[in-house]
Amino acid sequence: MNLNFWLPILMLSSSFFTGLIIFFLKEESTALRTTLNLAGSIFKVFAVHFMAYRLLVLDNIHQVSFSMGLGFDFVLRVDFLSLMFLALSSNLWLVTTIYSVGYLEGSPNRSRFFGFFSLCVTASTGIALAGNLITFFIFYEFLTLVTYPLVVHRETREALEAGRTYLWYTILGGALLFLGVVWLQVITGPLDFVDTGALEALGREYHVSLCIIFLILVMGLGVKAALVPLHGWLPVAMVAPAPVSALLHAVAVVKAGAFGIVRVVFDVFGRDFAGFLGLLGPLAVAASFTIIFGSLRALSQTDLKKRLAYSTVSQVSYITLGTAVIAYFSAVGAIVHLVHQGIMKITLFFCAGNFAETLGLHNIRDLRGVGRRMPLTAIMFTLAVFGMIGTPPMAGFISKWYLGLGALEGGSAWILVILVVSSLLNSAYFLPIVYSMWFELPSGQWKTIRTSRFEAPLMLLVPPMFTVGAAVFAGLFAGSNWSPLGLARQIAFGMGIYP
Amino acid sequence: MTTVIIYALTATTLFSVGLYGFAIHPDLIRKIVSLNIMAGGAFLFLISLAYHTGSPEVDPVPQAMVLTGIVVTISATAFALCLARRIKEKTGQCLLEHRRKDTET
Amino acid sequence: MPVGAPPERYGNITVPELLILIPFTGAILCFLFPEVLRRLTGLLSAALIFSNSAILTRSIFQDGARRLHLGGWTEPLGIGMSIDGLSILFILLTAVVGLLVSIYSASFFSAAQEQVLARHFWPLWLFLWGALNSLFFVSDIFNAYVVMELVGISAAALAALSGTSASLTAALRYFLLTMAGSMAFLLGVGFIYARTGLLDMYLVGTVADGGPLMAMALGLMTVALIMKTALFPFHFWLPPAHGEAPAPVSAILSGLVIKGSFYLLLRIWFTVFQNSTVTTHAAALIGLLGLIAVIWGSYQAIIQTRLKLIIAYSSIGQVGYLFLLFPLIFMTPDPAWKTEAWTACIFQAISHGLAKAALFLAAGNLIQASGTDDLRSMRNIADKLPMTTFTLALAGVSLMGLPPSGGFVAKWMLLQSILASGQWWLAAAPILGGLLTAAYVFKILSQSFVSDDKKSCCGNVSFVMEKSALLLALFSILIGFRANEVIFLLSEPVFFIIPGGQSP
Repeated sequence: MNLNFWLPILMLSSSFFTGLIIFFLKEESTALRTTLNLAGSIFKVFAVHFMAYRLLVLDNIHQVSFSMGLGFDFVLRVDFLSLMFLALSSNLWLVTTIYSVGYLEGSPNRSRFFGFFSLCVTASTGIALAGNLITFFIFYEFLTLVTYPLVVHRETREALEAGRTYLWYTILGGALLFLGVVWLQVITGPLDFVDTGALEALGREYHVSLCIIFLILVMGLGVKAALVPLHGWLPVAMVAPAPVSALLHAVAVVKAGAFGIVRVVFDVFGRDFAGFLGLLGPLAVAASFTIIFGSLRALSQTDLKKRLAYSTVSQVSYITLGTAVIAYFSAVGAIVHLVHQGIMKITLFFCAGNFAETLGLHNIRDLRGVGRRMPLTAIMFTLAVFGMIGTPPMAGFISKWYLGLGALEGGSAWILVILVVSSLLNSAYFLPIVYSMWFELPSGQWKTIRTSRFEAPLMLLVPPMFTVGAAVFAGLFAGSNWSPLGLARQIAFGMGIYP
Repeated sequence: MTTVIIYALTATTLFSVGLYGFAIHPDLIRKIVSLNIMAGGAFLFLISLAYHTGSPEVDPVPQAMVLTGIVVTISATAFALCLARRIKEKTGQCLLEHRRKDTET
Repeated sequence: MPVGAPPERYGNITVPELLILIPFTGAILCFLFPEVLRRLTGLLSAALIFSNSAILTRSIFQDGARRLHLGGWTEPLGIGMSIDGLSILFILLTAVVGLLVSIYSASFFSAAQEQVLARHFWPLWLFLWGALNSLFFVSDIFNAYVVMELVGISAAALAALSGTSASLTAALRYFLLTMAGSMAFLLGVGFIYARTGLLDMYLVGTVADGGPLMAMALGLMTVALIMKTALFPFHFWLPPAHGEAPAPVSAILSGLVIKGSFYLLLRIWFTVFQNSTVTTHAAALIGLLGLIAVIWGSYQAIIQTRLKLIIAYSSIGQVGYLFLLFPLIFMTPDPAWKTEAWTACIFQAISHGLAKAALFLAAGNLIQASGTDDLRSMRNIADKLPMTTFTLALAGVSLMGLPPSGGFVAKWMLLQSILASGQWWLAAAPILGGLLTAAYVFKILSQSFVSDDKKSCCGNVSFVMEKSALLLALFSILIGFRANEVIFLLSEPVFFIIPGGQSP
């Protein structure tokens, strides 16, 4: 058995077939469904680590490619960047599965939920593995399809409305991406991510077309990456169940968009060539605008999940911002933030879910004094908040530090101002929550929705512990070669980006 | 060659008359008759081709075509009339519109 | 002209002849037999046609295109048949859709009150199948006219099957139009014969030149076939005719019959008039109509509230894509991109045929379960009929052109050839059309995510009906993985004349 070929296939099928089987399970067979889900996700975690070992230590190239007969190949290829995204998605799938099992206990339509949930992970795995823009596009569209049922899962009028908004945005984005991908293919022929530099070799007469293609591609990806003004779907999609929001924000949808932008800039156009075409400046401005705009909107939200949503709009654009500056540190910062934002944001959503599920708290006003009633969740929430703001030694600090260094290195000092303002705004919309959680008195009696031995069911407590732990460790041990930062450095080296 | 043109023009005129009737008459029977006039135009033209070569023999192919065409048109007309009769039975009118007056249970 | 090895035979009869003989014989037998035997005969004929189509496909795939003469008579007295990659693709599409629709119908019509319908359905359907097969083999323009009339009569009779005044009116309107079209076509045949003295498509193609007679012939034939294919603005007959018929009939009409006239249009333009000067304006006009059809049909589909009408209007939009072929072929300088456009449109025809048949069969399941095809009744079936919902979703994915479906492959190649030809205005069709298609597909699907409180439904739907619809939907996805075979069938040794192979 050729592992270089089969391992990527196994990665995809571990969640794909799990999802398919789960669709056909009876609603009542909870135990079987949970077992299957866990088996699939644990297998995937192991497979990713095995793959990481084979790639980083043994230098094996994992590659799968089929001819589609359309002038392009379906290519799965594992490089450092895909490995990082895979590790993120598989680990978070595992914890989110555990969380969802606890969260959705006793609610209807669980087979449908977990089925689409697994397919959603398949899609993000595919996005990570994609070896060219076309394969990326295939999984990107697949992701749209399988996340829609998750967004409308509650079946309320509001959920359906949100689902429709979500669809309009993402299908429009998909259509733009389609146009861009096909156009690029017409100009260049089949192009894998490893062929960076091929666009540079084209003549000057193509430069205008290339600029338009870049714009179309970034707009198509920007819908999912929630670049303002294409972010409108994200706050409304908050009606979805907490684990869905957690996954959408941390790794699946939003991250797919950001990941795509990283791929387009670094691997399709090549960072220097994109800079030469004058495309990166506008991209940096768009990202900065999104960062500030998202934070400002977050300030005025009173619903906890909505505030988190606008915070995502702002935080994800750090990745785009880092890609748009020609500097080693910026590249590393952008790549490492893919992971850091994921683990911190998922913690926040888990905690928000805990508040909502055990005490029925949705509004920020109601969180007063919750630190005494649910100390563990509150501690985890607080830690994640500090991470988001960028307090040392949390993971978020590392991202911002590198982004800041990159801004100086790339000679764009104004980005430093953006980072500082953004951090201040982060504090302004996060710290009051933390303050009122710990230092204010509860406004009345807590009404308990779900009773359990601890402050919340164990299955709702362990996943955020795991993710917040990861966020702390990613910050503390950033210097290690195996930390996200270490990996990000290697990725940058692999792309030929040196300090 | 001029005979061909004359026949072609006559046939086209006949065809157009039929088409005109087909387009403006709401009544189904008139529509079907108009279709037959169109068919007549086409057949006239086809049969005229049998002589156009100028040689003494008659070209059998157009005649075969017209015969086949007549058979096809007769069956099609019969079928259309049959449908029209059913519509008349159902709705009391021999028209294509008036779909609202559905008299059946 | 390449001529392949002799075909497989059973005694004196070759496989292509069987493909015409079996359905006609089966039709007559079905007409004579009582009910159980009738259904058996129908199914047996379907299975036989399918297997023979598969055999023929294989032999064309290996040995290339070929010509035959029925009964050994050569033209002009005998009837010639030509079989190449294009014909075999449509034969195969008809065989796959036909077999599954037949299996579906065996179950669909079994309820007692449907017996009257079934008595007429089987003979008419087999006649139609035979006529379609003949149409895809036809090699001279006069027989094309005859076969087209056969298709028209049996299709209109099927459309009138349910006997309600709405369906009768729809069927007659369809029939009158298709007859008027046939007359125009026949006059066109006359013009061509007057000019060339020939009827054989390929021979006419080699000698035909410009001139007013030929131009008029081309115009008449094009209008005739466009009417039958329901291109905007001649689309108005389609929604009632396809929407009012019983589900399997709708599937046949939308999935196959309109493809028949489109096939003939391709033959007329690219075989009969291959060397005539076709003005690019005419091609551009047809392309423009196609573009309008994509947008208008999809828009109309969005505002419908009955499932079958949504699907019927969707046909108008999806058929519009096919006509983008004409400007692409005639206004693209590069032969490679012409071939690409050509393949894209054939692919679109095939995947639309599969997906649309699946959708109509699924709609039939819905009607059987809940008694109505109002969209809101979808709410009741999602739990009860997960297979049907899944079918709608899969076929919808193919219609939207999302990867990795047949529709995606078609849209991909289409957009690629549009961009390469530099005709930017046409790009609106795949992009905008895809968005509008997504809108109505999700209008259908979003209903299945709502559970209605009053669980008033539902009757049962047989396993066979659910599965045959699902299989069709699956095929419409899986065809996306077999693009290579389709491309091969449309390439040199398997195809008589390739657009782009020479300058038209």
